Amino acid sequence: MGVAVRVIPCLDVDAGRVVKGVNFVDLRDAGDPVELARAYGAAGADEVTFLDVTASVDGRDTTYDVVGRTADTVFVPLTVGGGVRTPDDVDRLLRAGADKVGVNTAAIERPELIAEIAERFGSQVLVLSVDARRCGPDTVTASGYEVTTHGGKKGTGIDAVEWARRGAELGAGEILLNSMDADGTTAGFDLEMIREVRAVVDVPLIASGGAGTAEHFVEAARAGADAVLAASVFHFGTLSIAQVKQAMRDAGIEVR
Amino acid sequence: MTSPLVCVLDYGFGNVRSAVRAVEHVGARVVLTDDRAIAENADGLIVPGVGAFEAVMTGLKGVRGEQVIGRRLSGGRPVLGICVGMQVMFERGVEHGVESEGLDHWPGTVEKLQAPVVPNMGWAQVDVPAQSVLFDGLQDERFYFVHSYGARQFPLGTTEDTGRFRAPLVTWSEAGTADASDRFVAAVENGPLSATQFHPEKSGEAGLQLLRNWVATLS
Repeated sequence: MGVAVRVIPCLDVDAGRVVKGVNFVDLRDAGDPVELARAYGAAGADEVTFLDVTASVDGRDTTYDVVGRTADTVFVPLTVGGGVRTPDDVDRLLRAGADKVGVNTAAIERPELIAEIAERFGSQVLVLSVDARRCGPDTVTASGYEVTTHGGKKGTGIDAVEWARRGAELGAGEILLNSMDADGTTAGFDLEMIREVRAVVDVPLIASGGAGTAEHFVEAARAGADAVLAASVFHFGTLSIAQVKQAMRDAGIEVR
Repeated sequence: MTSPLVCVLDYGFGNVRSAVRAVEHVGARVVLTDDRAIAENADGLIVPGVGAFEAVMTGLKGVRGEQVIGRRLSGGRPVLGICVGMQVMFERGVEHGVESEGLDHWPGTVEKLQAPVVPNMGWAQVDVPAQSVLFDGLQDERFYFVHSYGARQFPLGTTEDTGRFRAPLVTWSEAGTADASDRFVAAVENGPLSATQFHPEKSGEAGLQLLRNWVATLS
């Protein structure tokens, strides 16, 4: 019993359009996040995540509109991350129709933001996104992993495992752990990092970065992930949500 | 025949946009408002709820929601509570050691779930009683839960059906793993008052069908 391991496709959205190639058949407009979210919902996605990579204010307004139109037609949970800096940003996204909101850089700069959001909206809306990598030769942390910013380009020297633990303690309802080393490699999730974070965090853990085969998802779930997130393998049609779930089911993992 | 009118109570809490669209999607007319006359007289009332028990209660009282719900139930008019909108139907809630009074339509306490991973987040199976109307055709489906607290007991009306009063139908679910699971109330059907701990408006086709089943009781 208990909840099934969730399979979550992630879409990068810039000013209302999906960026990074999406290779979906039977879609009139594969660049439309609303249509893609609907297609993934129909294909069995347990949630859909939008990562808003928009930098401009006008683009952000477009994002709110996209979130609203998605919530109107897609009846599975929708998480939106990217550029969230204040509780008011969270409020706007929730009002637009997001169910959960991802916070990343702003929480590293000001960890109290996590508590402020959790107190106002409840922990269940707050996903702390942790972009982590193995420490290079010039950085030392207790776990050997550090938090990065700017899409993995900048190290912070902050221990990634400790940061995840602290984030949950401050009120994050979920941790999205993204391996910047594995991201884009399709060589598999960073299982060691998943295990280390799992050991210190008792809120749900979403593993991200490195998925290439259905077996990789099985490994991540076995390492302790409550949910697995991927982008390109789904967008390029390398794997379907159904294939991933079948592999997990075959391995004895509960899926929806 | 006109489709039934559902009021989604607007008191500042809950993912109301999704609730409104989902109920529209299954064929009801929907109005989102805190207007008492509309809320009291609509064919059905949905009480959404996200966040903390005490904050939700304060919000409800701010629109005199307790009277609206009370008047509806005295007249046998259907009410559907969702998530914290279900939790506040119980006698009390305990969050972070703070005890708050609920609307007390059902005895029992809403308290922290005892599971290895909390919040209990994701799609879970439910254990549906016979004769359930809400879950008709949905006994083997999963629904989307996101909550840290729950009613771990349901003390009301466990006696045999007397024929005059119908015992509440209680649907259960479990959080956690096979080794460490915690049973909690996933849904209740008790005369005009129904409620779900999960989010039917976020539970895909199964959730929409459950709402369809509820809407079908309104006309």
